[in-house]
Amino acid sequence: MATEAGAAETGHELVFHPMDQFIVKPLFGDGPVGLFTVTNVTLWMAITILATIALLVLGTSKRATVPTRTQSVAELCYGFVHKMTEDVAGKDALPYFPYIMTLFVFIVFSNFFGLIPGAFTTTSHIAVTAVLAMLVFLTVTLMGFFKHGLGFLGVFWISSAPLALRPVLALIEVISYFVRPVSHSIRLAGNMMAGHAVIKVFAAFAPMILISVGVGIVVTPLSILTIAAIYALEVLVAFIQAYVFTILTCVYLKDALHPHH
Amino acid sequence: MEGDVVQMGAYIGAGLACTGMGGAAVGIGHVVGNYLSGALRNPSAASGQTATMFIGIAFSEALGIFSFLVALLLMFAV
Amino acid sequence: MATETIAAAESGMSPLELEEAGKCIDAHGGAIGMPQLCVDWMGNQIFWLLVALVVIFFVLKRVALPRIAAILAERQGTITNDIAAAEDLRARAVEAEEAYNKALADARSDAQNIVAQTKAEIKAELDEAMAKADAEIAARSAEGEKKIAEIRANALESVKDVAKDTAEAIVAAMGGKADGKTIDAAVASRMKG
Repeated sequence: MATEAGAAETGHELVFHPMDQFIVKPLFGDGPVGLFTVTNVTLWMAITILATIALLVLGTSKRATVPTRTQSVAELCYGFVHKMTEDVAGKDALPYFPYIMTLFVFIVFSNFFGLIPGAFTTTSHIAVTAVLAMLVFLTVTLMGFFKHGLGFLGVFWISSAPLALRPVLALIEVISYFVRPVSHSIRLAGNMMAGHAVIKVFAAFAPMILISVGVGIVVTPLSILTIAAIYALEVLVAFIQAYVFTILTCVYLKDALHPHH
Repeated sequence: MEGDVVQMGAYIGAGLACTGMGGAAVGIGHVVGNYLSGALRNPSAASGQTATMFIGIAFSEALGIFSFLVALLLMFAV
Repeated sequence: MATETIAAAESGMSPLELEEAGKCIDAHGGAIGMPQLCVDWMGNQIFWLLVALVVIFFVLKRVALPRIAAILAERQGTITNDIAAAEDLRARAVEAEEAYNKALADARSDAQNIVAQTKAEIKAELDEAMAKADAEIAARSAEGEKKIAEIRANALESVKDVAKDTAEAIVAAMGGKADGKTIDAAVASRMKG
């Protein structure tokens, strides 16, 4: 609600800026945001990269047979994604495991770092998740045509359905195939954005006690408790959305590897 | 004056769009509830279907998120 | 549209001016509309996203994943080796137990042999001693019998003499004349009867 921005000057008024946390700012100076400008996006993506290196490279540098705590987490992460790839997409999807692992690690770290108060959530931007989803979509589609040629179109032709229904189903399948990257990206960005915006809205109610003690004595503790509860939910959502994004990538990959139902 | 009417319509629309999230809530509850009743009948098969349950949750949740997105668009972008 | 109007009112610019300026934030630094839809920022985000993805991908592919795979494989190998070693030790333990059982059985049969042998020896000794004792007893009892017979013979003789003397004395007291031969015969016949 950018409308209240002007009222902030009077001091004790409720100020709603739920979307301001998603603003991309240059880190140095006030100039316009160009293609290569170092912005808060750069900062938080760099933190994601550093966290990845810290966990998966430095954490495993001892190569201990009996793992340390960090190494166990790294191995757990590896085993989790590896098992998911193998179970969902099949054994022949394992060459794509580094790619899937990259997606998972990037999303899970971005989501979790976004939960730090004051942080910038890179995955809450549709531009970011759309690129992630388009990468998956293009990889899967190109790989499907590369491996199976025109036989990949069999993914739309459900041979187990009655013949009369097949063209209709094929139309639905084609539509759903092209909706995939949309839902894939908006699911992640929407979840992140929704959670953060809701927290921000409740945070805006918290200073109510400064305006009116009678109302504030109820509203302020209630909104703080709600923030805590939603934050807990968001921690869960941060992981589940990374998991869901990865597992859907595996599902799409399986369709491309085995297009015949 | 005209702008106010447009804004009012946008806000009312945003509120209406948010009711779609209730549908997503019902859907997720349905998915998890059915998973749980199946899991209690046959606990040995439950662990293998957790991933499927999450995919189901993701699909139904995405639709709720779409309606939330429509609400946000109406409030901030239209 | 609504927000553009409001933002324009706040920043003192018309919506058209704002659009020309290509701004997504208002004069107070607040967001105009959804920052997610600000086209100006998308290029920047996509560029840095691709950089981040490429860096993470190569870090994972070149360093992290092979290393973790090696660690896991090594652990698997260690576990397999340990299991094999444990299997070996178990086999050896079974072997040792068998040897122990065999030794136990051997010792038991040895002990039984010794017991039987000793029993036989003792029995032989006992038999010998018994035979010896029997012989001695037999010799002693023969001697005793002989002595008893002697004593009996002596006693019979004495009885005969006493009887003769008594008979002679009784005959004489009766006033008869004792005939020695008749008395002997009578005593002999009485003693027989």
